[in-house]
Amino acid sequence: MAFDTGPIVRANLRNKTGPMLIAIQIALTLAVLVNAVFIIQQRVEKITRPTGMDVDNIITVQSVGIGDGFDMPSSVREDVAALESIPGVIAATPSQHVPLSGSGWGTEMKASAETDAPRENAVQYFMTEHWMEALGVKLESGRTFAAEDIDYPEQFGEVPDSIIITRAFADALFPDGDAQPGVTLYNGLNDPMTVIGIVEQMHGAWVGWDKLGNVMIVPTVMPIDYIYYLIRTEPGQRDRIMPQVEETLVALNDQRLIKDLKPHAEYKEDSYMGDRGMAILLSVVVGLMMVVTGVGIVGLASFSVRQRVKQIGTRRAVGARRGAIVRYFMLENWLITTAGVLLGTVLAVGVNYWLVVSYELERLNPVYVPVGILALWAIGLLAVAWPARRAAAISPAVATRTI
Amino acid sequence: MFRYYLRLAFRSLKRTPALTGLMIGTVALGIGVFMAALTVYYLMSMNPIPHKSDRLFAVQLDSWDPVEPWDDERPEVPPWELTYADAMALLESTVPARQLAMHKASLVVQPERDEVKPFLEQARVTAGDFFAMFDIEFLYGGTWDRSADIDGNLVAVISEDINEKLFGGEDSVGRTVSLNDRDFRVVGVTRHWNPTPKFYDPNNGAFDEAEQIFVPIGVGRELSLFSSGNTNCWKDEEVVTFEDFMGTECVWWQYWVELETPDQKAAYQSYLDGYVATQKELGRFGRPLNNTLTPVGEWLELRRVVRRDNKVLVGLSFLFLGVCLFNAVGLMLTRFVGKAPQIGVRRALGARKSAVFSQQLIEVGAIGAGGGLLGLAFAWLALQGIKRLFPYYERLAELDFTMVAAAIFAAVATTVVAGLYPAWRVCRVPPAGYLRIQ
Repeated sequence: MAFDTGPIVRANLRNKTGPMLIAIQIALTLAVLVNAVFIIQQRVEKITRPTGMDVDNIITVQSVGIGDGFDMPSSVREDVAALESIPGVIAATPSQHVPLSGSGWGTEMKASAETDAPRENAVQYFMTEHWMEALGVKLESGRTFAAEDIDYPEQFGEVPDSIIITRAFADALFPDGDAQPGVTLYNGLNDPMTVIGIVEQMHGAWVGWDKLGNVMIVPTVMPIDYIYYLIRTEPGQRDRIMPQVEETLVALNDQRLIKDLKPHAEYKEDSYMGDRGMAILLSVVVGLMMVVTGVGIVGLASFSVRQRVKQIGTRRAVGARRGAIVRYFMLENWLITTAGVLLGTVLAVGVNYWLVVSYELERLNPVYVPVGILALWAIGLLAVAWPARRAAAISPAVATRTI
Repeated sequence: MFRYYLRLAFRSLKRTPALTGLMIGTVALGIGVFMAALTVYYLMSMNPIPHKSDRLFAVQLDSWDPVEPWDDERPEVPPWELTYADAMALLESTVPARQLAMHKASLVVQPERDEVKPFLEQARVTAGDFFAMFDIEFLYGGTWDRSADIDGNLVAVISEDINEKLFGGEDSVGRTVSLNDRDFRVVGVTRHWNPTPKFYDPNNGAFDEAEQIFVPIGVGRELSLFSSGNTNCWKDEEVVTFEDFMGTECVWWQYWVELETPDQKAAYQSYLDGYVATQKELGRFGRPLNNTLTPVGEWLELRRVVRRDNKVLVGLSFLFLGVCLFNAVGLMLTRFVGKAPQIGVRRALGARKSAVFSQQLIEVGAIGAGGGLLGLAFAWLALQGIKRLFPYYERLAELDFTMVAAAIFAAVATTVVAGLYPAWRVCRVPPAGYLRIQ
């Protein structure tokens, strides 16, 4: 089968503005497409990575004591017992902050008492015995807290005997990966704390922090006048139980404010707002860009068909089949698109270089380039199909007119 | 002549409505997306206090860990905040025209009026100079007496909004408000004030709302108020009481000074260096001497108030605008070449090249103006979308006059530039060839 590559190239070189415009447009589209999709992919991965918690079935609420009559330790015991007695509630725990909320309390721990021992940062949560069930976190080894492990100190500065940490934190402190429950960690003042359990995974406070998985749970209720409760419900029961949480707490004690009663998922959504918004905005831009480029190809191809009516008619008159005409335009478009994507590959790498240097974004995964090229070839062929069919419909009789 | 050309342009545009619509739509899409991205960027990087921004300085002292910088990525940057001890010591200086140490704190407000339930409100523990320094106007009353910053008299300044909520908007100066279960006397009510970005304390979000209640530094001590903003510690210290905490190397106080002249600035810089030198003798400040005074504009850059994502979006949407314009040029070429016979006749009848050229440019300008107007509508739509995606940016997604003017100008300018080539092609049409076909 004869391809018309030679004549097409020569024709386009002679009248190069239109094809050049489309090629540049395709090049720019590829550059943006590849980089945007790469960023979108990274954000989506970040948002959907497992948190280690049953975020969708957790209710959160804040309780703030008002006045001197409010006693946090006794209030916490009562509140947790009452919350756990609501039908459909699996478990509840107090905490001084909500995981994934962007607020947290970071701390640094050492792997031994020596001054030059490996040190590592983690976020700590002060929780009580049912915390694991209340968050849906899975124990990897060791045990969880018993009721008698929980401290209710009257002032700051008390050091817990036992703690539970995440596997990520354990591996960060003991890079050989052999840390087991029973190991002792030290704070900056060299107070020892025994790790009684290691949990598989749990996310901490700041979703943009590279140590998000470093978490330490302390079996203490802090002597502060505000606290959050994290309450896990049976699947699907969350929204039904939410109002009961407020009623229960208000009925127990009115020397306080009940604030921010909401699904835990809202904190997560807020924390990832920037990433999600970026992914959506980029998707919209990419989508619009493909449409605009497609329309541009249709426009230019129609123009070139109109310009060549007589030529096409003549070809048909001397025996070219419709298929040959369609093939001619398809091939012409494919050649222009290919020129565009070649230029676009260079541009895409350039744009990525600019993003890496100026904004410390990650270097492009090269796989995205061929995928982008395939997408643009497909768009090009789809867009040119209609003008090409119109060209094929031109009657051979046209050749005889207006001469 | 211009009006005649304009009429010609409209007539010619009307002849090919689909193509005209496509061109205007393409330009509008590009302009709309680009303008939306630019608007957010522009509002993010706005100077919230332009007339004073080079006289107000954020103070930073490098009191951080001797063995590790505050920020590994930028080791030359001292911590954003100061320790309690340093903040209080600096307040003694007589060099600055105005100065203040401050932090954010949560207070429980218990209204007198029974119909309003108690609520938690963000307050600012600060010095009496706060209002004069940041040009905050008073609706009623004024700031507190300087002695309150030291003695901890229970006085408070509240915002217009809180005054409305608590006192129904009356002049509440002298009235009592219960904060954290203590009775405070209201001394002033401020007019609405909400600088964008929140330059004076961007720690918990540069586009957070300003605090609504202000209390003197002394009250912070009196009520043992921790910061509800950021507190960062590097040294391992035993902390049991609030007194202990005040004595730590933890940084939790923002510090601002107003310095009127370069001389004053130099004098204050040497005051700071002198202070840190004496502290070094006491065994504190183990890091190299690094005390900085940063004016508002540089401060906002240092704090990276404009997020990288926004810059990336502006860049990519600019490329998108580029695609749209190349597209529009392609479509214009289609059009112009399609009307070459008509131009040929006009040229043959005596129209000069320059006349044809300017007539084409006016046509292109009309497309640009149409694209700009429609683009504004698209930009507005896009900003509504951005507001829904980022409730936090609500204040940053408003079109203002500058942006409207910029959008229309950009649309017309870029389409005219883009239309230069097609117009030039068209005016070079040789008249003879087309006459022959007729």
